[in-house]
Amino acid sequence: MKNKLVPILCALAAIGFVVSIYEVFFVAPLEWEIDQSGHLNGSSLFFNQKIFYFHVAHAFVLFTAVFIAGVSSAVYLKTRAARYDDIASAAVDVAVAFGAVVLATGSIWAKAAWDVWWNWEPRLTMSLLLWLILVGYVLVRRFAGPSADRVAAGMAIFGMVGVPFIYAMVGQDSHPASGGNGVVATLQPAMRPAMWIAVATFHLWFAALVITRIQSTRAERELRELRERGLDLGVLS
Amino acid sequence: MSDAKPPAGSMLRHALRIAWKDLRIEVRSKEIFATMAFFGALLAVIDSFAFPRDLAAVRGAAPGMLWVALAFTGTIALGRAFDRERENDTMRALLLAPVPRLAVFLGKAAAMAVLVLAVAAIVAPLLAVFLGAPLFEYPLQLALTVVLGAIGIAVIGSVFAATLLKVRSRDVLLPVILYPLLIPLFVAGTKSTAALVAAQPNLEAAAYWTQFLGIYDAAFLVLSLWTFESLVIE
Repeated sequence: MKNKLVPILCALAAIGFVVSIYEVFFVAPLEWEIDQSGHLNGSSLFFNQKIFYFHVAHAFVLFTAVFIAGVSSAVYLKTRAARYDDIASAAVDVAVAFGAVVLATGSIWAKAAWDVWWNWEPRLTMSLLLWLILVGYVLVRRFAGPSADRVAAGMAIFGMVGVPFIYAMVGQDSHPASGGNGVVATLQPAMRPAMWIAVATFHLWFAALVITRIQSTRAERELRELRERGLDLGVLS
Repeated sequence: MSDAKPPAGSMLRHALRIAWKDLRIEVRSKEIFATMAFFGALLAVIDSFAFPRDLAAVRGAAPGMLWVALAFTGTIALGRAFDRERENDTMRALLLAPVPRLAVFLGKAAAMAVLVLAVAAIVAPLLAVFLGAPLFEYPLQLALTVVLGAIGIAVIGSVFAATLLKVRSRDVLLPVILYPLLIPLFVAGTKSTAALVAAQPNLEAAAYWTQFLGIYDAAFLVLSLWTFESLVIE
């Protein structure tokens, strides 16, 4: 069962991907509005809005990853069992890639909606700040030598606790001109299934990648230990 | 070290003693304060040339200059203050001392907060003089904001500076860790200061961001007390 988990997750994600593509392009309506005077609202996005579904799905994964990394790092500090450290590190590694997708698609969205590549829209800002914490975590892991696990665990825990503060800070700081508030709240009901299917799909894909990453970390460690044993026994040189 | 919980009063006394030790070293050598104050003053001079000097621009930019100076000098001071404990492996002695480890942490953080505040006391007047920034129209509110900011920098900074003590690349890694985590603090500090410096000062906004800083400090102080021991001990 255990080594079938990744193929199963990948298969589910593949199905979800096809379904979400169908939902996004054939079921979910185009985004446009008529304002009160009967004219087409100038801020309508039409086909450009389609990127929203994958953008939001990746952003959800970013939050999930910060939470997983924070909790498993806390457990790691308490128990010092390497497997919790592996979970945190794998989740962050994969989430950095997902975060890059969030920022890239968010930037494309900003260009389409407001004709600028970046406009500090609250949710995009928050994704950027979370992503910076995750990138910092990866740098720490890479360059902090033997204490990397502890330092990185601390960063993951502090980062998770900082999320509500980032949320409150970004909410107060929102730029009035962006008009970007309430993207999810004002989503037309017909658009919701596509969004939630995409969210679920990318969580499955994320889980598959994280588990693979954990397995490879473990394999690396086992290989290192075997090599050391081989050297000790004189079988290897 | 025994696991028996010492009374809180003695813990604070130990913390004060450790803070006093750090500050006394600093008063005698003046190494960190002198270099940090000079660095902060240089930043104020560079800012004066790098940014426009008309009052409208200064009102917008001065809060940022103040908080950037605190961020820069704070991280360098943290690195140096903890290097001192590394040189003769005195951090190990401190951690082995028959006082609660939390007292060690609180003492180090308190001394750091005092140092950051001392640098702020140099940089803020300099910005006011060089750029004519109206920073001191609400001195009490400004002081409260800066004190809360310094506490936050000192608390989170002390946790990670202590954790990085044995890491070779600690000087580059400290800002890599601290700045992403401290962004809410810097934003809140800048917003609060900006509300006080604006052409139409907004005391309500300043109070909001000051409260934000207070809650931020409290949350991370609790978290630091909770994690310090397991982060520092190998």
